[in-house]
Amino acid sequence: MLYRVAGQFKTTYASDQAIFPIAQDRWFALLGLVAAFVGVPLVANEYWLQAILIPFLIYSLAAIGLNILTGYAGQLSLGTGAFMAVGAYSAFKMTTAAPQLNIIIVFMLSGLVAAGVGLLFGLPSLRIKGFYLAVATLAAQFFLTWLFNKVPWFVNYASSGTITAPPRTFFGAMVTGPGATAQARYLVALALVVAFALAAKNLVRGHVGRSWMAIRDRDIAAEIIGIRPLKTKLLAFGISSFYCGVAGAELVFLYLGSAETLAFDISLSFLVLFMVIIGGLGSILGSFLGAAFIVITPILLTNVPQFIGLQLRVDLQKHIELMVFGGLIILFLIVEPHGLARLWQITKQKLRLWPFPY
Amino acid sequence: MTFWQVFVAPFVDMATNPRFFVEVVLGGIFAGVMYSLVALGFVLIFKASGVFNFAQGAMVLFAALTLVGFMERKVPGLVAFALTVAVMAILAFAIERIVLRPLVNQEQIILFMATIGLSYFLDGFGEMLWGADVKRLDIGIPDSSFQVAGVLVNELELTAAIVAGALVGVLAVLFQRTRIGRALRAVADDHQAALSLGISLRSIWIVVWTVAGIVAIVAGVMWGSKSGVQFSLSLIALKALPVLILGGFTSVPGAIVGGLIIGVGEKVAEVYWGPLVGGAIENWFAYALALPFVLFRPQGLFGEKIIERV
Repeated sequence: MLYRVAGQFKTTYASDQAIFPIAQDRWFALLGLVAAFVGVPLVANEYWLQAILIPFLIYSLAAIGLNILTGYAGQLSLGTGAFMAVGAYSAFKMTTAAPQLNIIIVFMLSGLVAAGVGLLFGLPSLRIKGFYLAVATLAAQFFLTWLFNKVPWFVNYASSGTITAPPRTFFGAMVTGPGATAQARYLVALALVVAFALAAKNLVRGHVGRSWMAIRDRDIAAEIIGIRPLKTKLLAFGISSFYCGVAGAELVFLYLGSAETLAFDISLSFLVLFMVIIGGLGSILGSFLGAAFIVITPILLTNVPQFIGLQLRVDLQKHIELMVFGGLIILFLIVEPHGLARLWQITKQKLRLWPFPY
Repeated sequence: MTFWQVFVAPFVDMATNPRFFVEVVLGGIFAGVMYSLVALGFVLIFKASGVFNFAQGAMVLFAALTLVGFMERKVPGLVAFALTVAVMAILAFAIERIVLRPLVNQEQIILFMATIGLSYFLDGFGEMLWGADVKRLDIGIPDSSFQVAGVLVNELELTAAIVAGALVGVLAVLFQRTRIGRALRAVADDHQAALSLGISLRSIWIVVWTVAGIVAIVAGVMWGSKSGVQFSLSLIALKALPVLILGGFTSVPGAIVGGLIIGVGEKVAEVYWGPLVGGAIENWFAYALALPFVLFRPQGLFGEKIIERV
């Protein structure tokens, strides 16, 4: 009833190709943005921001990055954690070497460094495909984390081997380091993820995105119709690694505060891959939904036993959490292999008719 | 790090102390056999069902935990082994029923993710059932060394190699000489054709997952008696992956040869070149070793040739 599209006629190409062609969607998105930028910082408390919203935004950015590579360009990668580490470590090196450099510019530059590394490790994709490629990207994962662990230059010769986010300001407000409020960090993460999601959305529905999808669907056919696999695949690796690099830098600077390579190990790569698959391959919205699912599920699993008054031993609870998490993933894949984004589409389809059946 | 240190000195070391070099290579071969054991489980399942089973490592851990659990409850060794085989068979049945059947005809990446979920589940389940502390697995073979022609040989590693060799032999006979083996090969060749000949895909999958489970038990026993049964066992799956791309996802001999190449290469590199770059290169060196091979043969050394059509 509310979500009726009848009577919304498009008279220009611009309105026909808009990201939100339906007026209700436009209003919904706008409302969501206002709520996220104005409402949330006013009402949310420290715990909500720190434990749920900030990691959700950062993981969303990483998931968008991986979704570009795996969902749109069809190149399975298990090296996400390493590319995030590249972003984090280069941001740390840059901001300690040039403290006066604006922190947002540092994030962008570290994204570029990650993109360069991603290009390098994307080279094998021209020759090998599928799971062979996935295993090859593990080389990046293990080599890079080893490198950051072994070479003390990356941590500025700190004996602890950790990188710590130094205090930096942005337009006079403290955004990183121990002195930054959760609100400030949340707003920075939100602004970045909104800007990057918009950029990604426009990228994937344009010329570049179409050539990615052509390569994904049938690479030989794509080559025949004139899409250059070298350029297309490497571009996907570069842009995806850029997103992951920025997300990695944010992970340390806006969320964790300090980190060692353990924070970027293979389980992070798998976690981001889960977000992409559960959210929906080849969907920007899906990246957000998947990130929300993966961030919220463990928190729920930890709190549910207490909530229903069950007292469990700590190790037992940890094992049950693992089991339930694994089981949930399998269940989700069985129920909807195309992810949460598809569920949302189906819901929208149903909403158009609701409450009348025809 | 000079040219001399990297390209000359290690070889001089090898030539001046050949006995030590042989020991290093032998150690590498034994480690390689262990990798092959894990890789074998991957290959069996990938061949028969096209599923890249990431849970193989978790299955190794689960099998070892189950075996130790039975033995701790004073069940005699062989009975415990038989019971563990039964447990793995039940597990295979359950996996086919609950995970694979609803996901049939889905894309490979979806099935891959499902097996990652499965590995989380098995890790949690095994440790909940049998406890998470490090357990010792004693199979009556001392972890000691004896000398053959002046070269130190570890008894446990030698046993592991022999057992692995025997297992591969048994598998080869199973595949080549038995009715069920022929059915397995038929399914591996072409699902549709096998189905039309009246081979039941479902029962074949159960058989394959059970066989992979038995391979996991053997791998679990060998790794477990060497380093104790603990959570890190489930991480050896990561060790087996470079073996897979080197040998090819679909080839049993590939898993063996790949395992040996990786094992030897890794040990030699760690001993002779590792100190130059600060050590602990084991984690990634196997991948660096496998990559050049794969760049020239994208399907691995023994994998089936990939023919692509539009």
